[in-house]
Amino acid sequence: MAAIVPAPAGSRLFLSGNEAVARAVWEGGVRVAAAYPGTPSTEMLEEISVYPDLYAEWSVNEKVSLEVAFGASMAGARSFCAMKHVGMNVASDALMTMTLTGISGGLVIAIADDVGLSSSQNEQDSRYWGRFAHLPLLEPADSQEAYAYTLAAFELSERFQCPVILRLTTRICHVKGRVEVGNRIPHEPGGWHKDPTRWVMVPGHAKNRIPKMFERERLMRAEAETSPLNQLTEGTDRRVGFIASGPAAMHVSEAFPDAPLFKLGLSCPAPLNRLRAFAASVDAVLVVEETEPLLEEELKAAGIEVHGKDVLPTQGELSPDVLRPAVARMNGETLPVAETVAAQTVFPRPPTMCVACPHLGVYYTLSQLRNIVISGDIGCYTLGAGHPWNALDACISMGASMGMALGLDKGRGEADANKRILGVIGDSTFLHMGMQGLLDITYNKGNVTILLLDNRAVGMTGGQENPGSGRDLRGEETRRVDFPKLCEALGVKPERIRVVDPYQLPVLFKTIREEIKIEEPSVIITDKPCVLVDYYQPQKPYAVTDEKCTGCGNCLDVGCPAIHVTRRGKEVKNNGKEVDLAFVRIETAACTGCGLCLQPCAPKAIEEAMPVSPIAFLRTPQ
Amino acid sequence: MKKDVSNILVVGIGGQGVMTATEILAEAALGLGFDAKKTEVAGMAQRGGVVSSHLRFGPKVLSPQIPLGEADLVVGFEAAETLRWAHMLRPGGTVLMNVARLVPPIVELGLFPYPDDPVASLKKLGLTVHAFDANELALELGNLKLGNTVMLGAMADYLPFPADVLLAAILKRFSARKPQMVEMNRQAFERGRAAVAADEALPA
Repeated sequence: MAAIVPAPAGSRLFLSGNEAVARAVWEGGVRVAAAYPGTPSTEMLEEISVYPDLYAEWSVNEKVSLEVAFGASMAGARSFCAMKHVGMNVASDALMTMTLTGISGGLVIAIADDVGLSSSQNEQDSRYWGRFAHLPLLEPADSQEAYAYTLAAFELSERFQCPVILRLTTRICHVKGRVEVGNRIPHEPGGWHKDPTRWVMVPGHAKNRIPKMFERERLMRAEAETSPLNQLTEGTDRRVGFIASGPAAMHVSEAFPDAPLFKLGLSCPAPLNRLRAFAASVDAVLVVEETEPLLEEELKAAGIEVHGKDVLPTQGELSPDVLRPAVARMNGETLPVAETVAAQTVFPRPPTMCVACPHLGVYYTLSQLRNIVISGDIGCYTLGAGHPWNALDACISMGASMGMALGLDKGRGEADANKRILGVIGDSTFLHMGMQGLLDITYNKGNVTILLLDNRAVGMTGGQENPGSGRDLRGEETRRVDFPKLCEALGVKPERIRVVDPYQLPVLFKTIREEIKIEEPSVIITDKPCVLVDYYQPQKPYAVTDEKCTGCGNCLDVGCPAIHVTRRGKEVKNNGKEVDLAFVRIETAACTGCGLCLQPCAPKAIEEAMPVSPIAFLRTPQ
Repeated sequence: MKKDVSNILVVGIGGQGVMTATEILAEAALGLGFDAKKTEVAGMAQRGGVVSSHLRFGPKVLSPQIPLGEADLVVGFEAAETLRWAHMLRPGGTVLMNVARLVPPIVELGLFPYPDDPVASLKKLGLTVHAFDANELALELGNLKLGNTVMLGAMADYLPFPADVLLAAILKRFSARKPQMVEMNRQAFERGRAAVAADEALPA
């Protein structure tokens, strides 16, 4: 993939926060950028990878990506790492010690919080990492700031000789706004300098670094007191003064244009002196924070009287709609009731698996099995917990399906003695954090069957490459991991490793039935690619022959979004039981001919669609 | 309520081109020197989930999200989705909508009903509603993917700038990326625009 020619300095571009960060990473002369995909952070590395003059990679997980970036920093290069909020849980082992070593080349770590859980298993406030690791943390409030703060973060990183955290949220990453960009300033790596007392963190060395970390934090605190990134808007209405950062600061400006606002850009360490003076200048202070009352508690601990979560929610995104009534409550006022359009109740529309997704066959099969517990994982296949399959019973974090399955096996009592335990995990998640769990299962002789759904892509985040796809971030060919060999190396007996086509339902069913009966670890690998990959080959679509359809609805249990009900009915069976009927059609334009729905169709009513174009008709062998 | 900022909410489901349409609309506004912000709630949009794309433009835009009850225009790419988001409109606001239905598996499974008549429900709320089948119009031109240009055409006479500015933004985008599609998009735009004009001409 050829690199782009970046827009010239002075251009005013319409960029998302992720795109703005990517531009700044390039302008800042970064040499190495690494990440594992995760919403809402994914596009940062995707965008960075198309710039010239730098190395960018998809790492196998966030911890490795941070270690790669740190290694580049040790070599004196500017480096960058991006992850979603839960990614830092994985990477924090490395983070908590690199705060002691410090850095050589500037190192910026972007952490993107999914406030409101648009696509995550939890809601976390990554501002705590700044406090926990004693590192500076910057919080941009729009795309222009995302760009400017990324550049400022590199400058701070090198000045204070430590990693700097750039904390983003969905409403920064995925909001487009105008950004004026500048010139790239190349940054030549300062070179590797051997220094065990600095880079080898054994207790004797680490002990000596701890006081340096606290001294650095003291200097950073002084920096925050004078930093231009922390901005005061005087305002005219002094009844309530606001302290906010990131998107929350924008919402304050929108909802209370006349109010005093202290907007934190360098929010960790907090500039307590300036905030104390600000609090003294207004009648009351409201700290506006999304999710946790972090700053509110710090200010209260410092003896500064503030309001916060007494009127604001501790979950989800804030907006002017949330702020206005909260402030009214704080002031003991009631807002006039605005004339509104009544909200209408409409069916929920949860995300579905794609038409012809290879996971459809897996979940259809799992939904037909009884007396099983399915330990699940993070990816598209988490959707198997939903309708119509209801065939995923647990999901907490990347790779957890393995350990949870083993724990379910070892912890089971008499009541569950006959239950079969399965784990379901995708290829990229397996490589991210699942391999170790499988090793634990074989090492500790677990009675668990693992379904390794190898679709050769990180599907949920848009089909990114990974070591299982055989291509790198830039789309170039690389070594593709051999999953059967890998599983064997992790201790699974070769005869317990089965590779099946997930579109062959009888084979899949038989294989799962066989393996769950055998009381030792087994791995069933499905080997068909994600339908989102660019080399996916659609087949001829299928259609329902109306006269043959009996309305049994079996095909609907596959869960393919291309199958639609044309009419419903009822039938009284011989045993007197009334059953619902649903007669169906297949959306020809959407169907890619995977053939899954044919297999449960008893009356064989699903057949190849007649070609509609006369040209296609001519091409069809007669 | 400040009215120097225009708020347009474009809704539909993943894969319909909602985000692209909003992006083109934003480009048109930016070209006129407006500040603009565009944001989506589209966590799993590629999976047939709900997409709502907020576009705000004016001299200066702060919050990216349109406040509840302040959308000037709701543009619905799908019938039920339009109904889902109608409460975001300011009272007396306008709905421009595709009547085509995209029925998800959860409804096909019989777990939830699809609304009987979304257009009638919207009119009952006292909103100005202009409805048409954008999918049909796109298919008449031979390509369902032209649906989002049809929808842009439908908006053309409801924006605080001339329709030609929007058309120019669409054509500029296609000249750069798919020059062979320029003429088809011009036609799709005009069909969407005409569909709304025809609906306006009907007695309410």
